[in-house]
Amino acid sequence: MDTLLQQVINGLVLGSMYALVALGYTMVYGIIGLINFAHGDVLMVGALTSWTIIVGMQESSPNMPGWLMLIVATLIAMVVAAVLNYTIEKLAYRPLRNSPRLAPLITAIGMSILLQTLAMIIWKPNPKSYPSVLSNEPFHIGGAVISVTQVTILATTAITLAVLMWLVNRTNLGRAMRATAENPRVAALMGIKPDVVISATFIIGAMLAAIAGIMWAANYGTVQHAMGFMPGLKAFVAAVMGGIGNLAGAVVGGIALGLIESLGAGYLGKLTGGVLGSQYTDIFAFIVLAIVLTLRPSGLLGERVADRA
Amino acid sequence: MTKAHASRQLILFLLAAVAVMALPILLQMTGSNSWVRILDIALLYVLLALGLNIVVGYAGLLDLGYIAFFAVGGYLFAMLGSTHLSDTFPAFAAMFPAGIHLSIWLVMLLAAAIAGLVGMLLGAPTLKLRGDYLAIVTLGFGEIIRIFLLNMDRPINITNGPKGISQIDSISVFGLDLGQRLTVGGFTFQPVTLYYYLFLFFVVLAVIISYRLERSRIGRAWMAVREDEIAAKAMGLNTRNLKLMAFGMGATFGGVSGVLFASFQRFVSPESFSLMESVMVVAMVVLGGIGHIPGVILGALLLAGLPELLRHVAHPLTAMTDGRLAPEILRQLLIALAMVVVMLLRPKGLWPAPEHGKSLNNK
Repeated sequence: MDTLLQQVINGLVLGSMYALVALGYTMVYGIIGLINFAHGDVLMVGALTSWTIIVGMQESSPNMPGWLMLIVATLIAMVVAAVLNYTIEKLAYRPLRNSPRLAPLITAIGMSILLQTLAMIIWKPNPKSYPSVLSNEPFHIGGAVISVTQVTILATTAITLAVLMWLVNRTNLGRAMRATAENPRVAALMGIKPDVVISATFIIGAMLAAIAGIMWAANYGTVQHAMGFMPGLKAFVAAVMGGIGNLAGAVVGGIALGLIESLGAGYLGKLTGGVLGSQYTDIFAFIVLAIVLTLRPSGLLGERVADRA
Repeated sequence: MTKAHASRQLILFLLAAVAVMALPILLQMTGSNSWVRILDIALLYVLLALGLNIVVGYAGLLDLGYIAFFAVGGYLFAMLGSTHLSDTFPAFAAMFPAGIHLSIWLVMLLAAAIAGLVGMLLGAPTLKLRGDYLAIVTLGFGEIIRIFLLNMDRPINITNGPKGISQIDSISVFGLDLGQRLTVGGFTFQPVTLYYYLFLFFVVLAVIISYRLERSRIGRAWMAVREDEIAAKAMGLNTRNLKLMAFGMGATFGGVSGVLFASFQRFVSPESFSLMESVMVVAMVVLGGIGHIPGVILGALLLAGLPELLRHVAHPLTAMTDGRLAPEILRQLLIALAMVVVMLLRPKGLWPAPEHGKSLNNK
């Protein structure tokens, strides 16, 4: 029983990180119909930036409390990621907005590799250990262990989601975003500037990705140039699972995928008598994706949309 | 076309053929095999790119897991052409004490058939997906195959896991072992040079098949599906079978190049079949000119060859930058920049197909 609880907690933590990244995918896809392959690498840049800042601060002012360092690093990483994603959209995606469908996709893949390579040049390819700035004293809940970092991740996700909900549902920008996603041409006729909305979407997505990246780094304790790719891919799967373009769907999909992976890794070995073990965790996401797309291509919460073939 | 023009073309073609045939011998005479080796690898990439071109270029299905079929071919030959299976399974060793070691042509056919079958199997669940979803699902399948290759060393050792399978046979063509030096009239052909001619043979074969396919009824049907699937269906084309056929056909090329790769390296491991390799092949097709055979060949040669050239000039740069600009990193940087810049400046590739017979707007 306590392993079940433990796996559920781990799954929720993993899922909330997926959810934050999936939101970025789903917002971008909802508005311009592009799979932003480089989104996972924006997460990586956010994580590595925060690593540089925290390590720097630990050297220059060792008496600063850990949580303050984390907040400062998170804010700076969010700004860096936002500027980066804004620039990527402006330089690489905007000129291709009306070209054949493959072109922006290939550019996005190229951009993803480019970011990874640049990160390798700036930060060197070796994995770096991420300093733990929060207390290492874990909480015990009914036999399961949950660390302060994990509690912080869950709380931060909740706050971030609340802010995002407010932004999308209550502000003018949010209304403009929803209108553009619904129908870009009509939205433009109503006086909404599509370019501004698209830039804003990329900036918000990047900020969420940076937060998720720092969570990822703090949770697993290492940062590296390639760390963004897998979470990025899986978050995309989560977005598709929830129904791409649907914000609530991205959150549901992310948490569901986190739970599937965590429970699967915990029980796959027992179920198959040791033939398949937790080393196969990474394939769950892709199997889930294939199943969802075959059975319910519009996702769990998505509306049935006409085929845009 | 005038007669003089035609004969000039013929002469040019013959000159090019002689140059291609003589190239490895000239390079070999410089005393180092490494350049011929680079050529060999480049030819393998040409073969892969031509295969992927059928799927991406003709049928318009963006496959990001193409390297999986390369892996299928490679591992098939590795298991048949080494003692790995006999070493692992006593029952197998009783039947074939020294491994199977089939004739290369038989293995080639087998690899083409199995890879084609796997291609259709993996293609089947993706038939209803639109371009970008298809990319992600095929990417996932490619990763699934790699993860299985990586982990199938326990509980039963089938793939030997991350260590890979070594001591694979070299190819023998009509009794001539390509892994040994061959001396003809005082001139010694190195194994890499012999492999060059074998690979060249397969590339020429692949070009002929691609060219014939492109102009066939099936080829035209693929292009119709690529341009507008709904319209193609309305014209009575069986889009499901056509897509499956494209997946299968493209995969056979991958399987055959996998066999060639395994025998050339005499070693396979999951590392050679990473996602980055799939992306590389896609980049070759797209940069060269999607759906255009000369363009695809150009793309493959450029992306396979240029980074190797870079490697030779990179050493001082690497030392200067404290290892940050290592040749591997530079290579990746070049590929990434090429993908982004070419897409922005020439979205149809460096040497695109001529425009006739295509839809008027590029949607």
